[in-house]
Amino acid sequence: MAYDKFTILRSSAVPMPIENVDTDQIIPARFLKATERKGFGDNLFRDWRYNNDNSPKADFVLNDPTYSGKILVGGKNFGSGSSREHAAWAIYDYGFRCVVSSFFADIFQANSINVGILPVRVSPEFLEKIFAAIEADPKTELEVNLPAQTITLLATGESESFAINEYKKHNLTNGYDDIDYLLSMKEEIGAFAETRPF
Amino acid sequence: MSTPKTLFDKVWDAHVIRQVKDGPDVLFIDRHFIHEVTSPVAFLGLEGRGATVLYPDRTFATADHNTPTLNQHLPVADPMSANQLAALERNAKTYGISHWGLGHIKNGIVHVVGPENGITLPGMTIVCGDSHTSTHGAFGAIAFGIGTSEVEMVLATQCIMQPKPKKMRITVNGKPGKAVLPKDVILYIISQTSASGATGYFVEYAGEVFENMTMEGRMTVCNMTIEMGARGGMIAPDQTTLDYLKGRELSPKGEQWDKLVPYWESLKTDEGATFDLDLTFDAADIEPQITYGTNPGLGTGVTHQIPTADSVKDGSASYKKSLQYMGFQENESMIGKPVDFVFLGSCTNGRIEDFRAFASIVKGRQKADNITAWLVPGSHIVEKQIQEEGILDILTQAGFELRQPGCSACLAMNEDKVPAGKYAVSTSNRNFEGRQGPGARTLLASPLVAAAAAVTGVVTDPREFLN
Repeated sequence: MAYDKFTILRSSAVPMPIENVDTDQIIPARFLKATERKGFGDNLFRDWRYNNDNSPKADFVLNDPTYSGKILVGGKNFGSGSSREHAAWAIYDYGFRCVVSSFFADIFQANSINVGILPVRVSPEFLEKIFAAIEADPKTELEVNLPAQTITLLATGESESFAINEYKKHNLTNGYDDIDYLLSMKEEIGAFAETRPF
Repeated sequence: MSTPKTLFDKVWDAHVIRQVKDGPDVLFIDRHFIHEVTSPVAFLGLEGRGATVLYPDRTFATADHNTPTLNQHLPVADPMSANQLAALERNAKTYGISHWGLGHIKNGIVHVVGPENGITLPGMTIVCGDSHTSTHGAFGAIAFGIGTSEVEMVLATQCIMQPKPKKMRITVNGKPGKAVLPKDVILYIISQTSASGATGYFVEYAGEVFENMTMEGRMTVCNMTIEMGARGGMIAPDQTTLDYLKGRELSPKGEQWDKLVPYWESLKTDEGATFDLDLTFDAADIEPQITYGTNPGLGTGVTHQIPTADSVKDGSASYKKSLQYMGFQENESMIGKPVDFVFLGSCTNGRIEDFRAFASIVKGRQKADNITAWLVPGSHIVEKQIQEEGILDILTQAGFELRQPGCSACLAMNEDKVPAGKYAVSTSNRNFEGRQGPGARTLLASPLVAAAAAVTGVVTDPREFLN
């Protein structure tokens, strides 16, 4: 599915200083019954966000009007657990374009890039600085610059660079995906398949 | 002499079609399993591009995540679930993919039916839109879970684009103690590495504990490798592997088998090959395990106390949130904790050896009155074995019922949901908040620990029941 190209994002951020946020929290399994990709944002963090009677939980960050923005900042090991891409869909559909953490679970990281969300891995120290900056001023803005591979706290100018391979960067900045690339390799793939023993 | 290679390198390198400059490897995929939950959107994507399934004969579909475990002969009651199952059937038919749907004699959990039918072989690359695809690594395959975009990718091109992960070796030597099952070995390892300790790595298991393990035990270990963050785990194929595979329905036969054996025997880590990280544990340190928190790394020996926040790797705030969810306190003993539900099943522990272990304790005893037990075989083949070996009689006499195959309460997509606030001792793989139903509290454990809880109604050391 096509996604919006990613270059430079300036936005305030939503803080979630919790470790090991797993994909069952991001989107519980009972919301995986759809056969189309739409509306997943409504159930993003469903059980942290709503009570059993569907009333919003006032103390959950997505229900707190103090915080908003296109960047979600999570604790370490964000996106662990199930491979469900629905987790990345829910985050994208809700309106986030970037997730920042001190590290991501592997499958979630791959899924995010494939749907057009930029996962930005920062040092634990910089992550703490971001959380502190948002706590001091919930409207404080971050700039995520994909071409330059930097993330900056605009209020102070503090910045850190992040890693992404050139191939994935090219895809995200142009809105391409791996399938476009692989479909162009069909003959090479066919020749290779002939050599497999099983 | 060529550079020494690890098992992982040998299998990975044999599948690289192209290395993208400053990018991932293009990896050929030998086998692709699909199920009803993570494939429908992939097929929609395929249609949207005007692409087709490149190698339908390398693709296998089974329905498991979202299927009822009672009355499978009746129409599925939940319309959304029924719709998802119908989509899988329709897509499989459209593209000529083998489909073992609900009611099919070979239906069951994807990571149970793949190996038991001989689809999974050493030296393969195997993917599925399910993180527990790591299970198939037990055969010396590189097997890992993928997202739906990647499912579409593999359907369309039989390839995936992945950076090569780092390599870790985990060696466990010695002899496991009484009532210590493969599940305890892997829960112990995860408790030592933490739920994120192997992120970015692919794990090879080595040492006499794994060499002496059955294939089913190896599957349990590789299955849960994802729970420490690793992409997957693998074990070098050996005689145990070949004995398991020989004669399985879709295993190679005759001349083809004979040709493959020398190749499979070459699939082991060469002397002198190096790993980015090498961890070693002693089997003598492992007792029957149980988890007390909301990630699989928060586990301990069943006779131990719940650790204090300062002794665990997770941050203090996250740890306290976890204990609060579970309704537990630091320093409490796990023995004697009340239990409401027992779940035996899943791609982790839904095979015949798991039912044999469970039956060894409940035989001649009675299910505790306060326990609701869900015993769910991983496949119809397992179900049939349970009946033929007389295990069903043992279970029935002890007051248990056997359900029909599926993922069931492992992820609670179907009706098998643990109610809010209730405790379940579960042989599955994840104890996340709400994993087994909104508000449900999960204690992960082996089939023996589950059986001990099922007959006593509380967390119990299974060694009390074994001579």
